[in-house]
Amino acid sequence: MKGRFGKFGGQYVPETLMNALIELEDEFENAMKDEEFLKTYRYYLKEYSGRPTPLYYAENLTQTLGGAKIYLKREDLNHTGAHKINNVLGQILLAKRMGKKRVIAETGAGQHGVATATGAAKFGMECEIFMGEEDIRRQSLNVFKMKLLGAKVTPVKTGTQTLKDAVNEAIRNWVSNVDTTFYIMGSVVGPHPYPTMVRDFQRVIGDEARSQILEKEGRLPDYIVACVGGGSNSMGIFYPFIEDKDVQLIGVEAGGMGIESGKHAATFYGGSTGVLHGMMTYILQDEEGQILPVYSISAGLDYPGVGPEHAYLKESGRAKYVYATDKAALDAFMTLSKIEGIIPALESAHAVAHAMKLAPTLDKDKIIIVNLSGRGDKDVDIVSKFMGVKL
Amino acid sequence: MNSINEKFSYLKTNRQKALITFITAGDPDAGTTVKAIKSMEKAGADIIEIGIPYSDPLADGPTIQASSTRALKMGIKIPDIMDIVKKARKISEVPLVFLVYYNSIFKYGIEKFLEESSKAGIDGIIIPDLPIEERAGISDLMSKKGIILIPLVAPTSRERIRAIVENADGFVYCVSVNGVTGTREKIGTDLKSYMNTIAQFTDVPRALGFGISSAAMIREVKDYCDGVIVGSAIINVMSQFEDKDEMLENLKKFVSELKDGLSEVKI
Repeated sequence: MKGRFGKFGGQYVPETLMNALIELEDEFENAMKDEEFLKTYRYYLKEYSGRPTPLYYAENLTQTLGGAKIYLKREDLNHTGAHKINNVLGQILLAKRMGKKRVIAETGAGQHGVATATGAAKFGMECEIFMGEEDIRRQSLNVFKMKLLGAKVTPVKTGTQTLKDAVNEAIRNWVSNVDTTFYIMGSVVGPHPYPTMVRDFQRVIGDEARSQILEKEGRLPDYIVACVGGGSNSMGIFYPFIEDKDVQLIGVEAGGMGIESGKHAATFYGGSTGVLHGMMTYILQDEEGQILPVYSISAGLDYPGVGPEHAYLKESGRAKYVYATDKAALDAFMTLSKIEGIIPALESAHAVAHAMKLAPTLDKDKIIIVNLSGRGDKDVDIVSKFMGVKL
Repeated sequence: MNSINEKFSYLKTNRQKALITFITAGDPDAGTTVKAIKSMEKAGADIIEIGIPYSDPLADGPTIQASSTRALKMGIKIPDIMDIVKKARKISEVPLVFLVYYNSIFKYGIEKFLEESSKAGIDGIIIPDLPIEERAGISDLMSKKGIILIPLVAPTSRERIRAIVENADGFVYCVSVNGVTGTREKIGTDLKSYMNTIAQFTDVPRALGFGISSAAMIREVKDYCDGVIVGSAIINVMSQFEDKDEMLENLKKFVSELKDGLSEVKI
């Protein structure tokens, strides 16, 4: 069925948005068949964002762990410091093609907000970013960046004041301004066509990684490990490998203070099927469908749902989902910084944490690719506080 | 005959239009909700929407969001809401409609929810985040239980209107503006053309909602529709009062004013 991944996905939105979603879907399908559009998209990926990003053999990390070979897909080297820009460039070119002059977006850690504000600055569009007040506190650097780039940052004071509430508010704003505004959704979530569209704009990560590993190793990897909040970087790197059944796909959710503490954002641990933000997927909810508060040290993973295609990959068994706690992510953050000289985003550190657990259990001839989805500059403040260091 | 249809047919015979009012179940508490239903009926409400509070009400503006949050903080649960309906049914004849987000029904169990709603005395259900594309799983079950699924049309619906109102029953919820619920100074939409377009495709009564906040506004819009829906303005009135009796008194007064706005119907 169209817009569905098995039973997941769909379009559970107010009627006001339905024609906008249908138009978006048509425009997206046409654009993806339009060589001119694709050429422009690839041009900006290369010249503006700096793609392709390297697939870097993390020799020191590999040797320290003493098991499988670890490669890092360096999405942190993108312009604006994370994979988010891949999707933003695609959607903003689509917005331009549709004649929209105003873009809005939600943001959690601020990476998608910064990427959207960047795209809006570059393409001369009015831009408003919705961000939970709690996240504004946690990510003040990114808030300032967005403002520098000319975006309006609107604090969201409802609910848990995090990513989930920012999405609610962005959707509400879109409903009110649907004729003039393009909603640049930052992850593989939301109503159809967003999960498909965002995946297709992020699959460049996996496409590159595939040819890079073939070039370097002459074979496909045994494992791909990526963090999952909404799941755009993971979906982007997983997707081109889905048919390669020998490649194990592992998504790493935010385990927060541990699953048993209840303070986490690991949707596949304790979540169940439900509807959130226009999609049917796994969500963390109570027995009456009220969305539960979630927690993670990383603002980008602090989300009670997950992209519907991930829910499908989970149910079909094609991908496996695990979690890393705050503590494990922080350890990985420190380790990667110290031994590879790469400061990862706290989100990406969750993926690194799982790879650090997995690698020593594997033979040396095995290969793991970790998607290093973003860089950690934005997180040094949080980490220093956690360490009790005053900056 | 479903009591929503009975009500509209009665109003038509008497050359009147429907006043549909909204209240959040459990705000400020379950007992007051039951009394508020009775008060609104006495003051002239023809149909009453009972909102089931939800943590993430996408179609709602700040007023109803805050009201839902208050109700949830009071610990209201779906069985309590069914109980409210049962109690209201005992003291009131007014048709009752749930306003409920899809996840509340889905997670509770669609059949269980409909069974309990039907037993409690619910006549219709409005699901603001369930467009026609997603109706399949629930519409047949609802007709089996004799509960009407109230369809929503928006100013952006255009060529979708035909499919939305096909086989419609009860009334069609005509969203007045692009946006979320909440009081507004003015409705920007060209209501005459919008409501006429909807009438081309259905004979089912058309009720206009979103943004209608006063008797004065009702006077402006009433000629274009068969009924008006008022939600946030009612919540705003209620939330001004701590004392429950005062709250109910003022609610009654406000609903009477709204009803006056609907009088002197030209047909």
